[in-house]
Order: sequence, then structure tokens, then C-alpha cells
Amino acid sequence: MNKPIRTIAIFCLLLFLALMANATYLQYFSSESLNDRAENRRVFDEAYSRERGSIVVGDEPIAESVPSDDQFEYQRVYTQPFKYAPLTGYFAYQYGASQLERTQNDVLTGQDDRLFVTRLVDLLSNQDTQGGNVVTTIDPAAQNAAYEGLMSVAGNVEGAVVALEPKTGKILALASSPTYDPNRLASHDFTEVRDTWDRLQADESDPMLNRVTQTTLPPGSTFKIVTAAAAIENGLYTSAEDLVPGGPTYQLPLTSGESGLIDNEGRSCGEDKIPFAQAMEQSCNTTFARLAIEVGAEGMKEQAEAFGFNNEYLEDLRPQAVSTYPEKANEPEVGQTGIGQFNVSSTPLQMAMVAAGIANNGIVMRPYVVDEVQSADLDVVETTQPEDYSEAVSPSTANVLTELMVSTVDEGTASPAAIPGVQVAGKTGTAQSGIDEVPPYAWFVSFAPADDPEVAVAVMIQKADIPRGEIAGGAIGGPIAKAIMEAVIR
Amino acid sequence: MGFVHRRRRGAELFLLVLALAVGVGAYAAVGVGVQGEVPADLIGYGGWLAALIVAAHLVVRFVAPYADPVLLPVVAALNGLGLAVIHRLDLAAGGDSAVARAQLTWMTLGVVLFSLTLIVLRDHRVLTRFTYTCGLGALVLLLLPLVPGLGKTINGARIWIGVGPFSFQPGEIAKVLLVIAFAGYLVLHRDALALAGRRLLVVDLPRGRDLGPILAMWLISLGVLVFQRDLGSSLLFFGLFLVMLFVATERPGWLVVGGLLFTAGAAGGYYLFGHVRNRFDIWLSPFDHYQTGSGPQSDQLVESMFGMAWGGLLGRGFGEGDPWRISFANSDFIMGAIGEELGLTGVLAVLVMYGLIVERGLRIALISRDGFGKLLATGLASVFALQVFVVIGGVTRLIPLTGLTTPFLSAGGSSLVANWIIIALLLRISDLARRPVPDLSADDDDAAAEATQVVRLG
Repeated sequence: MNKPIRTIAIFCLLLFLALMANATYLQYFSSESLNDRAENRRVFDEAYSRERGSIVVGDEPIAESVPSDDQFEYQRVYTQPFKYAPLTGYFAYQYGASQLERTQNDVLTGQDDRLFVTRLVDLLSNQDTQGGNVVTTIDPAAQNAAYEGLMSVAGNVEGAVVALEPKTGKILALASSPTYDPNRLASHDFTEVRDTWDRLQADESDPMLNRVTQTTLPPGSTFKIVTAAAAIENGLYTSAEDLVPGGPTYQLPLTSGESGLIDNEGRSCGEDKIPFAQAMEQSCNTTFARLAIEVGAEGMKEQAEAFGFNNEYLEDLRPQAVSTYPEKANEPEVGQTGIGQFNVSSTPLQMAMVAAGIANNGIVMRPYVVDEVQSADLDVVETTQPEDYSEAVSPSTANVLTELMVSTVDEGTASPAAIPGVQVAGKTGTAQSGIDEVPPYAWFVSFAPADDPEVAVAVMIQKADIPRGEIAGGAIGGPIAKAIMEAVIR
Repeated sequence: MGFVHRRRRGAELFLLVLALAVGVGAYAAVGVGVQGEVPADLIGYGGWLAALIVAAHLVVRFVAPYADPVLLPVVAALNGLGLAVIHRLDLAAGGDSAVARAQLTWMTLGVVLFSLTLIVLRDHRVLTRFTYTCGLGALVLLLLPLVPGLGKTINGARIWIGVGPFSFQPGEIAKVLLVIAFAGYLVLHRDALALAGRRLLVVDLPRGRDLGPILAMWLISLGVLVFQRDLGSSLLFFGLFLVMLFVATERPGWLVVGGLLFTAGAAGGYYLFGHVRNRFDIWLSPFDHYQTGSGPQSDQLVESMFGMAWGGLLGRGFGEGDPWRISFANSDFIMGAIGEELGLTGVLAVLVMYGLIVERGLRIALISRDGFGKLLATGLASVFALQVFVVIGGVTRLIPLTGLTTPFLSAGGSSLVANWIIIALLLRISDLARRPVPDLSADDDDAAAEATQVVRLG
């Protein structure tokens, strides 16, 4: 019987070889694809249990991991949750992560290639991999001014404020309202987390939206800066004293009647020709609609895209809504885009970039919010280098635009942002929502000091408990912008 | 003077010390990994494990001195590792070590029955007298779970009987009895099965009347499948019978017939029974049935695969993985837990140990001097190999999943006890096979006197 026993032995050998080959396939060759599967909780669990790095503003962590004595070793804590939620985002067991918690996940978990040396040291010293820290560009004083300013607008405000450093593109402040408490999503009490999540998702005011980067609205009169830039860049006008078309009303070409009639809502815009400075000061719709038509659809689009419209540029916070200037527009529509209506839409960040580009002699810097990546031992591993995004206008054009915006603060609609002893450049905007029940949106963009700009600001108020007639960019946005600029200039 | 095997009891003792190091070391590692400290009861636990192993060794040394020296250490190592992993899963489940403690109790009982088997059964050939008793006993045990009031259905399979707080899988013991019954029957009838038959094309097919046993076995396997929903056992019994028929008759024709019947049974099962179809669907596309909330559920398999992938080459280390995500990780899916925390290295080590058991079992069959011993050892070794293949192949998605215990590792008393008895039987056969043959030759003078006289011619 020995011959069949040997056959059986070979058969058993084959069975075991098959088991070994299959185990090797499972644990070595397909392990990466299995670990990458979205349903696989183990990978996220591990990240959730590990000591995650901090997100730092100034010298203080705004998000950090503290030891916890439950099944997860660490608890994520947000020290100033409401103020910084649009920046940090959330880090929730069931729902993943958002904003910096998401885009900087590799750094925070310690898996980033830049932290390779730290990881190697951890491995050799038999320590758990510690996450690196993310140091932001946020200026705490500016952020306080932005957040407090936004919160001080009458109740239930929906809006956003952002401040940039024009020379570098650093985001100095970023506030969005309404906001939420990411601590409640980081809780290890998963029932509470689910309830919070459901409540936030059901909330019509969308508290988890980062309105600085994710909300696009018609920029209204603040877009007149872009129109003015296009007009000057195209050589139609060269100084603030040049005469531009004025007049109380303007009928858009190819239109008749109310819908095509542009007026100035009672502001003083002369009869025929007025100085460019006056048109800007008074935010004359009749002027800028005509300027846009003079420049033409293609020129307007090129100028808008030079500032960043129709593009994405902020790598640190995602997802990001794209600000748009329409690809195609006929003559009356171009006229409407000149005053920031029709299909022009912009995020607050985009309008801040317009202001910052002008402040920086026409060079738009790529905005960023991650200043430094540190190892867990606070060694700086990488510092973000400022990067030119585009040359939106020539320096001379930038000078003329600055002059126009300074006189708008000194003499015109943007006066609420004036700071004694400092030259401030600014522009207001009150954009029609296009829907009767929805109140207009209030905008304000500015930068200061005008001769050596340190900060550019955009304020957008989408909705607030304010009587419709009192909504105006200057009155609501001006004081907020002023407070932020003062906080930065000091 | 012919070749005489050495006893090798010292080698066995040395290997047993290594095995003990595996068991106690794993237990300590679980304490360090999960609780951050060496468990306080390490001395007591290690002492108990050592006492069991030394006791088993002493029994072998005195009643089966020529027995194979590798089997017992490998079994001790596997059992020790299994205890540690179960303990680790207990800690993850809430701290009390109830399952691990029960398993240690069962292991103690296993060692006792192992010793009793060796002490009482001095010659395995005695078992041929119980051929039909064993067969009947196996049948009764297999049918017991179907008795109302006694049988219990757990996770859809009716293969347990419950007596008070204890539950027991009689099928595990029936497995051993079946091997004995098959071996006894086949050793008597092998000639008829082997020689009678006709040639069809190129294969020798057995006679119709000799097909009786295999058909009966096929029907019993199907019965287990149908009435108890136990895919694993039906596959195991049928494969076992096929292997033993083949070995007894040395005719591959049996394999052809058996293979065809298996295919027919499997196909029939797929079309007739929903649970067979479910297993098959899960096997083909596990991710389609993961956390679906309705229909066949593949959560256990998928979590096991995730765990093994997460473990990678070297494993996460005891206490560093999430093996508690796999439901019933401490029984059928214990290989998933080992794969996650000990990695591919641990899985391969376990597979090599299983392979060693099978290899030693078949080696015993080869050197055994009697047909019954050969058949018995082959049967025990192959039932072991088949069980390991079916359960680990199922857990790692090599083949569709069927519920079976992982020998010596899984939590579960009946399986542990039955496997310890299997090892005792193998050791008994090997003791007889390796023992020097009693010197029956007459002395030289007689030989010379009886020598045929050479007559010179010429």
C-alpha cells in the first residue's frame, strides 16, 4: 500500500503549497490594495488611535491629540473650535476628515515622505510613529478681528472673511459663519458624533461649509476693480484723472426697457464724462458696464482669469469652488459682468486675491495656509516658499488702481474702512442675488497701507438678519475689514 | 541484525521545551502587547502548561518508548499558541478570560484522554475488533444533533449537542471513529475491492456491488450536508473515505468515481441548497456582500482578509491589530487573527507545523508493518490534512468557506479532545512500527543443520 500513500503524501504537499501560496498572495501581494479599500476600517482606526500632530496658529495648537484612556489612545481636541473650524476641518471616526485635517493627513499621521527621517528614528528607537505638526500662516490677531467682526454682524449671519499678505500669499485670517464645533465630531462617543453629524447635515445654513473657499456668489461692485484693471491694461485709460463715460442711466446695447437699463441708485455719476476716480468713488454702474463693453468679452475674461477666475489655486484647503467669469457672453451680458453681475461668481478668497494682486504691484501670489511642516520634535522639516501665481496687471496699472481705491475710501462708498493715519484702498459691493426673496449680498475688499501693503481683505455677507434696504457692502463689511487691517498693521 | 529505530525520547523532551517556550512566550507577549505588562499569572499558567506537557511526555516515555518524537512537540506548540491567541481575543472582547480558561480545561482533558488512549491501547490492531462498533458509534454520534431537545443549531449549522451548559460537536469524535471503522472494513475487503472489476477505456472500474460502501458514504455525506448544513464535515468525510479506498485498493479508479460523485454532489448542492449557493457567491465576490445588511453576509471573510493584509509580512504584533473585527475570530477564523498579529511569518509557521503533523502521520503509515496500521495512519493523517486545507483555504479565500475548526488552535473542546486522541493513535502506531522486531530467528547451529545438503555431482 506504500505507493498510494506516497501519492497521498504528494497530494497533501500540494494542498499545503496552495495554502502557503495563497496566504503569501493575500498578505504580501494584495495587501496594499486591500489596505486601500474604503471599507477597510483598520487603516483609519490606526490613524485614529495614533498620536496625531498638531495644527498650530502662532505658538498655540488649535488642534491637538491628547492621551485618552478608552479604546483609542488619543483624543483629538480643538482648543478654539468655532473660530478655527473652517480651517482645521473635522476629524471624525465615521466620517473621515476635512480641510487641513484632510489635506495634511500624511503630515499629521507622520506618513509624509518629508518625515521619513523622524519615522526611521521612531522605528529604531522602537517608538510609535508620531505625527508631524502643521504650522499655519494665520495671524492670531487678524483671525480674532475677522471672527469677532463676522460674529458681531446682526444675528444668524452667513458670510466669510479672508485676509491675505499681498507680498507672499499667506492667508492671515479665515473666518466663516455659521460655524460648528469639530470637537463634537471628534468625540469617541459615536452616538453623539452621529447625532451631531446628522444635525449639521440637516442644517440649512450649512455650518460645515467653508464659505471662504467653497461659496461662490456674484461679487457685485467689487468686481469693478477687475473691470477697471481690464480697461487700463487695454490702454483705454491711463490715470485716475482720465474722463470715463458717466451718466445717470445706461441702456445696454441690443436691449430695451427696464431689464436692460443700468442706473446708479441715486449716486452722483455726472451727465456725460466724469473722472475715473469719481466713477470708482461712487461705484457708478453706468460707467463700468460701458467700460466692460469697451474692453469686450475676451479682454474681460482674460483679465479675470489673470486674477485667478476659472481656476483653482489653493492646495491646502479642499475641496475648493471655482470662481467663474463666463466663457461666452454677448454685448449686454458683458456689460452686466462689468458690474459683477450676470454669470460672474467669486469666492471671498478670489476677491481677496484681486485686492492682494493690486497691492503687490500687479503680481498675484499663490495663496497658502501651511507655513511650515514640523516633525513631532518641533524641528522644521519644510517651510513653504511664496510662489507667484500670475502677473495680473502691470505695476503702473496697479498704481492707478490703488489710487482709485484709495480715493474710494477717502471720498466714496468705502469710507467705513478708513483708518486714521493710514492710507487704505478699498471697494464696496452690493450684489443683486437675482431672486426677489433673497436679499442682496454685501461685499467689501480692501488693502492697507496703500503705499506698502501688508494686508488685503475680502468680506462677504451672504445673509443676515438685517432689513433689506440697509444691506450695503460699505456699512457692513467696511468695519470688519478695518478691524482686520488694524490688527495686522497695529 | 536489521535496522533498529532509536527511541529519541530525549529529542522529544528538548523539542517539548521549545514548544513550551512558544506557548508561554506567546502568553507573555499577549500580556505585554495588550495590557502593557507581563501577566501576573504567568508562573501559574506556564507551570500548568509545563506540567501537562511533561505528563504527556512521561506517558509516551513509559508506554510508547519508540513513538515518533516530533508529533507531540508540534502539537504542544500549536495548542500553546492557540491558547495565547484565544486569550488575546478574550482580552479584546472585554477582559475576562472565559474562553481561554475553558480551552485550557479542555486541553487538560485532551492530555488525559491522550494518555489514557496510549495506556489502555497497547496495540492498535485490537481496534479491528471494533470495526462495526465504531462505524455504528460514528453514525449515532453524527445523528445525535438531529435529536430534538438535544441538538442545537448555532450559526445555521445543526452540529452541536447541548448537555446543561456544555455544548459538544459529536462530529469531531465521529471523525476518529469513522477512520477506525473505514480502516477495519477496508483491510478485510481490500482484495475484493481491488481485484474484481472491469476495464473501461483506460481505467479499472470497481464492480457494482463493491461500489456499495462508497455510495453509502456519499449518501451519508450528503445527509450531513442537507440535514445539518455542515458543508465542511460532509466534504471531510467524503474525501477521507475516498483517500482510504484509494490507499487500500491501490486503484486510482476509485478516485475517478469519487471525483465524479463529488462534482455531482457539489453541483446538486449548489442548485438545491441556498446556503451552498451563498457560500459560493461570497467566495466569488466577497466585497459585494460586505456590510450589505441583507442577503448573504461576507463580513467575517472580508474582515479576515483585511486583517491578514493589515498584518502583512511580520504582523502588527499581539495587541496591535483589530482581530476582534472578525466575528468568531477565536474559532473558525483564528487564522485571520494569527495572520493579522503575527503576519505571514506566523501563518507560514503554523502551516509548516500542520504540514509536519501530516508528514509524520504519512511516514508512520509508510513504515507501519500491518495493513490496518497503514490504513489507520493514512486516514488520520489525511483527515487532518483535509481539515486544515478546507478551513484555512476557506478563511483565506482559496476555496469557498465551510465551517470547520482549525485543529489545536480553535477554541472548542470537542475538536481539541478529538485531535489529541488522533495524535495518541498515531503515536501508538508509530511505536509499534519503530519498535525492534522480536528476534524470532533460530540460532546459527540450527540453521546450519537445516541447511540443504549440497550434493556434488560428477
